[in-house]
Amino acid sequence: MVALLAEAVPSSSLAGLPAGAGLAIRGVDHGFVLHGDYLPVLEDVSFDVEPGQFVALLGPSGCGKSTLLRLVAGLDRPRSGSLIVEGREVTGPDPSRVVVFQDPTLYPWRTVWRNASLGLETRGLLKQQRERVDAALALVGLEKFAEAYPHQLSGSMAQRASLARALVNDPKLLILDEPLGKLDSLTRLQMQGELTRLWQQRGFTVLMVTHDVEEALLLANRVIVFSDRPARIRADLDVDLPFPRHRDHPELLRLRREALGLLGLARDW
Amino acid sequence: MTAIAEAGPDRKIGPLLAGGDGQPHSLGVLVAAGFLWVGLAGLVLFWPDAQEVERTRLLGVLAGLFGVVQLAASGGARFLPLLARIGRFAPWFVVLALWLAVWEIVTAKLDLLPLPFFPSPQAFVEVYTDDWQKLGDSLLASLWLLLRGFVIGAAVGFGVGVALGWSKRIGYWIHPVMRLVGPLPATAWLPLAFFIFPTSASASTFLIALATAFPVTVLTWSGVAGVPTAYYDVARTLGGSQRFLILKVAIPAALPHVFVGLFMGLGSSFAVLVVAEMLGVKSGLGWYLQWAQGWAAYANMYGALLVMALMCSTLITLLFRLRDRLLAWQKGLVKW
Repeated sequence: MVALLAEAVPSSSLAGLPAGAGLAIRGVDHGFVLHGDYLPVLEDVSFDVEPGQFVALLGPSGCGKSTLLRLVAGLDRPRSGSLIVEGREVTGPDPSRVVVFQDPTLYPWRTVWRNASLGLETRGLLKQQRERVDAALALVGLEKFAEAYPHQLSGSMAQRASLARALVNDPKLLILDEPLGKLDSLTRLQMQGELTRLWQQRGFTVLMVTHDVEEALLLANRVIVFSDRPARIRADLDVDLPFPRHRDHPELLRLRREALGLLGLARDW
Repeated sequence: MTAIAEAGPDRKIGPLLAGGDGQPHSLGVLVAAGFLWVGLAGLVLFWPDAQEVERTRLLGVLAGLFGVVQLAASGGARFLPLLARIGRFAPWFVVLALWLAVWEIVTAKLDLLPLPFFPSPQAFVEVYTDDWQKLGDSLLASLWLLLRGFVIGAAVGFGVGVALGWSKRIGYWIHPVMRLVGPLPATAWLPLAFFIFPTSASASTFLIALATAFPVTVLTWSGVAGVPTAYYDVARTLGGSQRFLILKVAIPAALPHVFVGLFMGLGSSFAVLVVAEMLGVKSGLGWYLQWAQGWAAYANMYGALLVMALMCSTLITLLFRLRDRLLAWQKGLVKW
């Protein structure tokens, strides 16, 4: 797989790649009005992400991490506070900040290739840059399935296709909303490895929401732990370990215990 | 006859219409059917008519020719696999031959059924040989009227449906009108339409368009409104404009619903077509039916009904083909 990935990306498309984008989140509050009551989801969330960092957001289910991702992606606007990417305030979605959702959400009426080419099509670049689609599909190992329709794919293939759809755009910031949440454990391990390699190869910044403490510690430079709703930052853990990481590394085990403790699960483990 | 008996158990095992399997058996039935049709020809030609009918010889010759074609096909099937496919219709040919024989005997040969309500097969053939020109003109007139109305109605319904599904502001104005006027059968507008429009043709076009537009609008609308927001999120994060979201996300996602609407619209447009032609338009198959009834020409009515049935089922089939083409991605996903 490693060899395949290395060969799959033509050097030309790697040259002059945009490096990762820096991100600054300043005092963001957000919430929803539900049955007439205001439901706060995010409260005074502030943190910075260095360009090229891999940051995992960890927290109890439904605490508002995904909401934060939507704000960073520009799909929703915060009620107050600001999100700044590369020195510019986020006012709407932009193809340089691509989201990979928990569900692959491929369009069933398009083939894998046409799904992956979506970002180029919206920007009118498809005619000149068709090879980028091929390269992205090769990168996730789906070049043989370019003409398949989504319903013909397995769950992990569909998720890889959605990853290819994001990577085609050469994102500076890759936003991952539990992208591996629905995969079986074996596929998940394999995809975790592929994600790390892609990130190291391309140097984009990653913001990833996950429920899986181990996954966060295996992949990220930095793990931000959120409290229950409304989400506040409980801890900001540095994971200063070389790649590839091993699950049984003592430092990783220590961090795991700490993170679980912060999530109130220390005794159960 | 032994061939039919042989085919019996085979039918329980494999689906007969699947084709391919059990060829020898279906070919046996085809041989039997061929002989039955030749026998029918003999019956028609050599049993003297009790009724005063024309075209007896033509009917006999046609039946005989059809029988010979079946026999030739069953013989040629050993060399041309394509011909063997006819074999799967063989049981139908058998039943049709028997039905025609009974019909012929109780009408033309024994004169047991009262005329003009129960014309003989000969009279049926006579309608097409003697009146094909008028029937053909009626068919073309009907098709043309239907096509105009259906295309206009489908286009308007589709446009309105997309607008309703997309924009709340448009929905605010159109929704109540739709709720009030939509369920009204298009035929209820008939007296008013013939009064308002300058010609009966334009009035009928309007009515057919109206009948088509309502189901197309409602289903396009529900299709567009039902598109998962996640589909839009994906396109938006990838830089899709509003135009892109409508044309490349909402419409393709809603297309399966649109086709349900088109099928329903086509069905109700048939109904309106016939009523409009019976009541106002001076051409078309509906008018022909009315005209034939006026002359108590029941054979002509049956003949026109058959043409109409063929026309409607052909149009439905064409729409199915179009759907299968455009929605090929649904294969294995949805069946309806």
